[in-house]
Amino acid sequence: MKSLQNSWRRLENLFNPAFGQALNPWYHLGAIIYFLFWVVVVSGIYLYIFYRTGVNEAYQTVESLTHDQPYVGGVMRSLHRYASDGIVVAMLLHMLRSFIYGRFHGFRWFSWVTGVLLIWLVYISGINGYWMVWDRLAQFVAVATTEWFDWLPLFSQPLARNFLAQGNVSDRFINMLSFIHIFIPLLMLLFMWVHTKRMNNAETYPPQSLAAGTLLALLALSLVKPALSHAQADLALVPAALRLDWFYLAPYPLIYAWSPGAVWALVGGFTMLLLAVPWLLKPRGRVPVAEVHPDNCNGCERCFKDCPYSAILMRSRQDGRPYALLPVVDPKLCASCGICVGACPSSMPFRRHGMVSGIELPDKLLLALRADTDHALDGLRGKARVMVFGCDCAYDVRALQSEEVAALSLPCIGMLPPAFIDYALRDSRADGVLIAGCRECDCQYRLGIRWTEQRLAREREPRLRQRVPAQRVETCWAGPPDEKLARAALSALQARIAQLPRAAFEDDGELELEHR
Amino acid sequence: MKPLNYLGQGVAYALFAVVLGYFSTSPEYEHMPPDQALVKLSFSHAAQRKGACRERTDEELAKLKPNMRIRKDCPRERANVVVELEMDGKQMYHVELPPPGLAHDGAASIYRRMPVPAGTHRFVVRLKDKVDGDFDFVHEENVDLVAGRALVIDFKADVPGAPGFMFKK
Ligand code: HEM
Repeated sequence: MKSLQNSWRRLENLFNPAFGQALNPWYHLGAIIYFLFWVVVVSGIYLYIFYRTGVNEAYQTVESLTHDQPYVGGVMRSLHRYASDGIVVAMLLHMLRSFIYGRFHGFRWFSWVTGVLLIWLVYISGINGYWMVWDRLAQFVAVATTEWFDWLPLFSQPLARNFLAQGNVSDRFINMLSFIHIFIPLLMLLFMWVHTKRMNNAETYPPQSLAAGTLLALLALSLVKPALSHAQADLALVPAALRLDWFYLAPYPLIYAWSPGAVWALVGGFTMLLLAVPWLLKPRGRVPVAEVHPDNCNGCERCFKDCPYSAILMRSRQDGRPYALLPVVDPKLCASCGICVGACPSSMPFRRHGMVSGIELPDKLLLALRADTDHALDGLRGKARVMVFGCDCAYDVRALQSEEVAALSLPCIGMLPPAFIDYALRDSRADGVLIAGCRECDCQYRLGIRWTEQRLAREREPRLRQRVPAQRVETCWAGPPDEKLARAALSALQARIAQLPRAAFEDDGELELEHR
Repeated sequence: MKPLNYLGQGVAYALFAVVLGYFSTSPEYEHMPPDQALVKLSFSHAAQRKGACRERTDEELAKLKPNMRIRKDCPRERANVVVELEMDGKQMYHVELPPPGLAHDGAASIYRRMPVPAGTHRFVVRLKDKVDGDFDFVHEENVDLVAGRALVIDFKADVPGAPGFMFKK
């Protein structure tokens, strides 16, 4: 699995030279689906203005959109089709990478299962869309769908009998199709909202340049290859050669190549298997979840705001202390990432006695982290001594260790309270600190890197103290296979600090941290 | 951002567009070979009751609740519908359709698609809807089936004057 993950990461890395990490489309697939959904909605509304729900009118109005107003209606129709196809592509890739990166078990089961339901809703919407044109392809899809459903012992009369002859299809039927074509996408939107409900700050809009690029690509495609209809439906004929939309209709030929029952087995079996994935592939043992220590908590809500999975709630406080609120951790939602620990103002390594934070990971106590940091710092020798704090999900920083370099890995870099940087540099125990984590915008716990960057840039609490010199701190966002990136960042930092005078805090001025 | 970056992004977007553009219509799917036509045998028909109705005796009637005292006692269960289709003297299809429903009294339905070579064919179709005896309905017809067309063979017992099979071309 690890090697599959790394191969997949290398594939995604191919996009970094052109897009840069922050804009790499692989890290924004969920948001891209959202964007494509809105493209489909807007273009769909335009099509609806002209669409008439009659057996003949349906076909004619779609034809007229394509041929009588090619640069508006035709483009809108094509955008509607291609953005819908794009949703399938982005959704399947989003699922695949969630699967490969193991993002489906434990607290993530909810996103995974609602995702599987979304696949069905996406497919129902798309397939239903192809009926609306009422051309030969629509006819094929209608007949094949009913023949497929007739395999189920649900109907007293075969549904496919409704498409035996030309007169069987009525205007009311087309009307019903168009109703379904509004209803199912609305349901889909509801489920998209449910899907991300357990995520704090879910990215539902991609970076602007990605949105613009995607729209431009779809527009160009719409102009080069406008979406076209087949001939008008004629139930006395059997459509022979069809230009199938394989994104939505790929299972249809199998109904005839195999049998309707076999396709039910395939589709039903695959759905069941997907639904079972979170429980089938569950890792053994559970990591202990975050624990609140009320004595050290002043109810500041930072952990509540920073938790990527909304696992922390603020409740009113009854322990007699002068604070209104106390965080409560929902163990079912907690990812044990430690981002809350990094957010807590009590996470102060400078405390002399009994260093316990307001919220802690029971198996990764800050006291132990401080002891490890002390131990690591004590062993450093050389001219450019660097303390590296890394993340278990990213490049393994322990591989960087040498006489001059000490490294500690945390569950997520978001767990590191910025005061630890200060702590490592104080009294010249280290000459520089390297902060390493997953690739930017691809944090295993979604928000670890974003919050770390904002804390280092002093834009988010707890802020890095002003006295920490920017030149002595470097960040590096590198996935497990990105050794070059990590080594380059380390070398850059070492080269820089080699030029600086030894005492880290000589300059106690208001140096701004270089924000990369 | 450098021009080379834009170029790289352009390549990625172009790849996305090409994949969407290609697979949204290609490769073409041949649903039916060009020299074939389709026969669809489909109807829904309630067969005759299995047993004949009989008159209840006075004693039997007296035993029933007052609102149930109906002289005629008809068994609900229907016979199977037996259908056969022959093309050019060869049997293509034979089926016995049991009546659906808990009391086996529903209308039996069938929907069957059979691709055949285009051309002129002689079709014979037969149906029996009672327990014993011969086929009640037989229809023979020469049909010139053009490639890509569908011949629908329907059956209706309740068409006044002409109950039986209908060939819809
Ligand atoms: C219409 C289709 C879908 C949309 C619009 C959608 C959208 C999203 C969005 C916006 C996120 C949050 C990204 C973030 O802020 O980190 C997300 C996360 C997620 N999605 Fe989807 N998704 C869809 C389909 C699916 C499918 C089919 C699956 C898998 C079966 C899936 C599995 C997940 C999982 C497991 C996460 C959580 C990742 C994490 O916890 O880090 N999604 N999705």
